[in-house]
Amino acid sequence: MPMQPLTVETLSAGYGQAAILRGLNLTVPTGRITAIVGANACGKSTLLRCMSRLLKPEQGQVLLDGRAIHRTPPRELARRLGLLPQTPLAPGGITVADLVSHGRHPHKGLLARWSAEDDRAVARALTATRTDTLADRDLDALSGGQRQRVWIAMALAQETDVLLLDEPTTYLDINHQIEVLDLLVDLNRDRQTTIVMVLHDLNLAARYADTLVAMKNGAIHAAGPPQEVLTEATVEQAFGLPCRIIPDPTSGKPMVLPLGRHNTTESSAA
Amino acid sequence: MSAALDTLARDIARQRRRRSARRLRLGLLMGALLLGTVALTLSVGHTITPPGQVLRALAGDDLPGVSFAVRELRLPRAVLSILAGLSFGLGGVAFQIMLRNPLASPDIIGISIGSSAAAVLAITAFGLTGMAVSLLAVLSGLGVAAAIYLLSFRNGVAGARLILVGIAIAAMLQSVIAYALARAPSWTLQDALRWLTGSVNGATLPQALPLLVSLTVFGALLLACRRDLEAMRLGDDTAAALGVSLTRARATIMLGAVGMIAVATAVTGPIAFTAFLSGPIAMRLAGPGRSPVLMAGLVGAALVLIGDFIGQQMLPARYPVGIVTGALGAPFLVYLIVRANRTGAF
Repeated sequence: MPMQPLTVETLSAGYGQAAILRGLNLTVPTGRITAIVGANACGKSTLLRCMSRLLKPEQGQVLLDGRAIHRTPPRELARRLGLLPQTPLAPGGITVADLVSHGRHPHKGLLARWSAEDDRAVARALTATRTDTLADRDLDALSGGQRQRVWIAMALAQETDVLLLDEPTTYLDINHQIEVLDLLVDLNRDRQTTIVMVLHDLNLAARYADTLVAMKNGAIHAAGPPQEVLTEATVEQAFGLPCRIIPDPTSGKPMVLPLGRHNTTESSAA
Repeated sequence: MSAALDTLARDIARQRRRRSARRLRLGLLMGALLLGTVALTLSVGHTITPPGQVLRALAGDDLPGVSFAVRELRLPRAVLSILAGLSFGLGGVAFQIMLRNPLASPDIIGISIGSSAAAVLAITAFGLTGMAVSLLAVLSGLGVAAAIYLLSFRNGVAGARLILVGIAIAAMLQSVIAYALARAPSWTLQDALRWLTGSVNGATLPQALPLLVSLTVFGALLLACRRDLEAMRLGDDTAAALGVSLTRARATIMLGAVGMIAVATAVTGPIAFTAFLSGPIAMRLAGPGRSPVLMAGLVGAALVLIGDFIGQQMLPARYPVGIVTGALGAPFLVYLIVRANRTGAF
């Protein structure tokens, strides 16, 4: 458990000429689930890439435990902070256990042999993601939901305090989306893992996250508990979408009902 | 709960041990194949030497007509074939894994051709010979690799861009070779041609020394990066998230692979497609999902050794090994390009 939370300080970053993030500040609550939402091209993924050291900031810094992650040796950082990219690649024909074993990479030095503790870490990750019965299966032969659970297992085998996920539910059916998000809550409760994820679905973000971060034009538009962030005004401003907010009857969290130009009794033009 | 976990951990360990035992068996099988081909190379020449006489000749006995053929002609051939094949196989597969594309082999993206072009120019235009040519060839191989790397650098190096830049540079260097040969004085052609198709003709044992040194030095670089290489198969982002320092790992792997290929090219010439073929064949043999690096080295050695035996003994005329491996590799290249849109085995 880190002493100090993951913090983003006056971060500016982008690709080449185009600056995408401009002087962004954010403190990620330790041991909680944070969801980053926002319209396409608002800088969500760029922020996540900076927070995981994949992209170097032009200005500002990201601190983990009071230390700038871009000045932390990569292997050391990878023992503290894990990332699941949006579309990870798997070598064809790899088995589930072999893929999950890759998560042990930052724990292995140049000469270190594979140990019984590594096997146990892999077993723990498989069990936690309920992929233990798939251990010997070929990754290519699994369903989308199973495969995503295996990738999460790989990130778990890394045994980090913080786990970042870039749209972990994209390309999944609704039942598998719920399965993956439930799994992340389990991890958060059982291991106190700090989870930060980029999500597209506002209603799922509101239901599953303790903290919502709404981004707009490379800056943070609003951040806080879903009840405070997910308001009709915020959604209108951040997404340009008129909507109604009602309490989710199953969770009491706010729920977004978008107003389009058609098929509603209220018109968005009104 | 904890007991179930231990059982699972033991299951995983058992599966892993079973697979490494299988890989060891495959490696031993490959070693036996190499040994068999070496025995063939040592016994078959203009005449066939019985195994007993081969062994006595190797042990140092002076057998008229046999000792010279075995010790001075056939043994250096076999040794050079193995060492060059290992270098091409290891260097090639390192590139292919690093860039996750079988087309990213140094003999496709212009690194071997860089060595050849420099050597051909040195021989035909500047009248250099021997050591000077080899040294120039090694340096140009490294230089061309650096040029390709820098030309394809934009926010880091992406595999596809590097391959395209490499293929373009290979085409350019090909025309340099054509130009040099067209203007070459006829007495230099024989020497220059050796740099176009690799061959182990006229091999001597002292030639093995630079190969041994390069395999040790550059091989150590690749060995140090083997786990990083393994993680890079999951994509650059995942590898970085797993703690691989991408820039440093790429530079080290490139230096190791290019160094090996350039030195081997300087000794035997670019034995066509050996680097390119070894990785995919090793991948099929070793099974997917596991590092094919060492296997690719063994496959490379087998390709050169067997290719040379076929070229020398089984065809109507004697051909250098590069012709044989080229004939094997070209159809495979076409096959790979045809199915390039599907995700490769890497």
